[in-house]
Amino acid sequence: MTPQPPDPSEPAFELIGISKEFPGTLANDRVDLAVRRGEIHALMGENGAGKSTLMSVLYGMLRPDAGTVKVDGREVSFASPGDAMAAGLGMAHQSFKLFDSLTVTENVVYGAEPRRYGFVDRAAARRRVAELVEAHGLAVDPDARVGDLPVGVRQRVEILKLLHRGARTLILDEPTAVLTPSEADALFGVLRSLTDAGRTVVLVTHKLREVLEGSDNVTVMRDGRVVARLRTADTTADEIAAAMTGRSVALDRVYETGAPGEEVLRVSGLTAAGVHDAELTVRAGEIVGIAGVAGNGQSELVEALAGLRQVDSGRVMLSGRDITHASAARRRVEGLAYVPEDRHAVGTAPAASVADNLAMGHHRTALSHKGVLPPKSVREHAVKLIERFGVKASSPGVAASALSGGNLQKLLIGREIAHDAPLLLVEQPTRGVDIGAVQNIHEQLIAYRDAGHAVLLVSAELSEVRGLADRILVMYEGRIVASYPKGEADERTLGLAMAGGVDSARPEAEAEPVVPASRTAPTARPEETAQTAQTEKGA
Amino acid sequence: MFLDSDLALSALRALTPILLAALGGAICERAGVFNIGLEGMMLMGCFTAVTTSWFTGSPWLGVLAAALAAAAYSLILAVGAVTLKGDAVVLGVAMNLLAVGLTSFLLRTVFGVQGTFDDPDLAGLGEIAGFSPLTWLSWGAVAVAAVLLSRHAWGLRLRGVGETPEAAATLGVSPAKYKYGAVLASGVLCGLAGAQLALGNVTLFSENMTAGRGWIAVVAVMLGRALPLGVLLAALLFGLAEAAGFRLQGLGLPQQATDAAPYVVTLIALFLTTAKRRRKTGAVV
Repeated sequence: MTPQPPDPSEPAFELIGISKEFPGTLANDRVDLAVRRGEIHALMGENGAGKSTLMSVLYGMLRPDAGTVKVDGREVSFASPGDAMAAGLGMAHQSFKLFDSLTVTENVVYGAEPRRYGFVDRAAARRRVAELVEAHGLAVDPDARVGDLPVGVRQRVEILKLLHRGARTLILDEPTAVLTPSEADALFGVLRSLTDAGRTVVLVTHKLREVLEGSDNVTVMRDGRVVARLRTADTTADEIAAAMTGRSVALDRVYETGAPGEEVLRVSGLTAAGVHDAELTVRAGEIVGIAGVAGNGQSELVEALAGLRQVDSGRVMLSGRDITHASAARRRVEGLAYVPEDRHAVGTAPAASVADNLAMGHHRTALSHKGVLPPKSVREHAVKLIERFGVKASSPGVAASALSGGNLQKLLIGREIAHDAPLLLVEQPTRGVDIGAVQNIHEQLIAYRDAGHAVLLVSAELSEVRGLADRILVMYEGRIVASYPKGEADERTLGLAMAGGVDSARPEAEAEPVVPASRTAPTARPEETAQTAQTEKGA
Repeated sequence: MFLDSDLALSALRALTPILLAALGGAICERAGVFNIGLEGMMLMGCFTAVTTSWFTGSPWLGVLAAALAAAAYSLILAVGAVTLKGDAVVLGVAMNLLAVGLTSFLLRTVFGVQGTFDDPDLAGLGEIAGFSPLTWLSWGAVAVAAVLLSRHAWGLRLRGVGETPEAAATLGVSPAKYKYGAVLASGVLCGLAGAQLALGNVTLFSENMTAGRGWIAVVAVMLGRALPLGVLLAALLFGLAEAAGFRLQGLGLPQQATDAAPYVVTLIALFLTTAKRRRKTGAVV
């Protein structure tokens, strides 16, 4: 892809010297940002860096304390998002704001309906949406019910909404947060066609890979200030990451292989809703990684192992004891710890204090004195774990909901690691976590393994699985379809296997699976490492 | 013959107040306001209709006043649940209790009687082609509501506001405005329901004369999935039950038992529909 030659005479919008203070924090400190017409401009930064505040100022949701906003060269002062929309701006929020029970057409025209005597002119609305779909190659059925659509298509509906309202500049907040890799690729194709047609795209994100692949220019924010302005073609993932965190971060590090010992977990012929005939083993001192596109049975497998999903057939042995039908509590006694995928709803109790959250699970064992939990022990336990795992909490008494995503995850992983259980199940350990905290979490998992524990890791991030796991299993449609020792599967091979590009189920196959050359998997999306992305850009 | 045209006709008469109130409830439901204050709003309508008709001699002014009074009364819910973001269920219950007390009190102060105000000079609504004019109006209202909800821009926006208010707000549609509109519309419809009950079905006012019809309307909203035609069918079921109750009384069953008919039907209907929905969604807990 060739970046549009940006026309310096035509900024789509400019933010000049924007400052915005909230009680206790200076969210934006004299921020300048100019985005040229026809470019894809990435605005990057960790959580709390001030990206959202800046975009809220641009979109009329916040009034800046100081600074000027110019759109198409004219100074503007938006009192509401409505004003911003009228000036040709459009923002798609991170969480989709759609009506599930309505059709695509109804969602798109909602609030700006073509009308006849006050009644919605459905034929005209449908025509309008079909035209937009056609013009931008969006591949959406105007008559489909939004609730029936996959998330990738819903994202396109959000974009259609903006286009219907005449947005010339589209601001997308974390647009790929819930997309699969192939959906994200498709989205970038759409964005590129929009900029080719003269529109401008601002991407607010913290995903390095996408920025490198899909943007023309990058602005990096940290602590409310702009710390770097980079041309995407001239930069690297490491440079951006360093700007975001203020220190150099080892991205996509591949850790040393562990020294596996005795078998801790043996799963044979496990079948449950969403899982078919799964075979796997995890040994002490080993991390086994499960890769797969979300929704291919990984979560179901882990739930069956954790005792949250009924097992239909097969056997699960933990340290030689049969736990196939044991309760979740029994499994914990037998030596299983679990970091669930959804840390807010399943992993922690957001309204409870940090100390109480850290005590959960330990309330049966270390902390219990004849069934009573002395507040002093709970507090001491919390202080100990907070320090050991570097959780940033102002005190053990604050509610867990006050922690950032990365800190909450550190809390959760710390709590489970503290059980010292022979087997740790970890799902998506770094999803939505700032890159600064990712490294810390990875190191904790490696240290846990090196202490002689078994770890079963499920992650949608291929670089994470490749960096941590001593063995990689790939799940596709509820089956384990491939198995690779560390270092023997590049991202392309894994991507292909994740898309079903493997002949048959080859559970526990140690050799590299045979991939039929004729079968190319259009949904396979080998995630580029920083290096390959860089060379591609440089080429 | 137990089921005959007489029964059908009396069912159609009995259903009108429930239908009007349920239609109001359905509109609120679509706008995302759970309105269980229908009973209280209806009772305010009953009292206002009778009082106005008595003092002006015009049942039509009674109908108009009932609609306005119940709409004004519905503002308690609108302000409380939408502007102040209070709990609609608590507000609805409070409105129902307040209406009973308030109308009983006013009955005593205005008419100086307790229990029931009844006078041969109190003008009722009369009939057009066998039915009260409000019965005809209620059927028209079902059709109008059905068309507006499904086809008009207001209806689209109202449904959107009820489903995902944040989405509506980002598109420049004010959820509060539509919710106020829906609650006020339900007030008007409940006022009409009350007028029909007090000047159509009978011509009198008695304390707590709505006797749970507003609650049955709430159930009709649920049974009819907040669709105007669905609500019509549900209300028809209850009208039939009420009419059948009278009929059974004629056959010598004790009145206490026959009066319970609509409520028994309500219970059965609730059981059946929730059980069906459970099975559909596959929820186990």
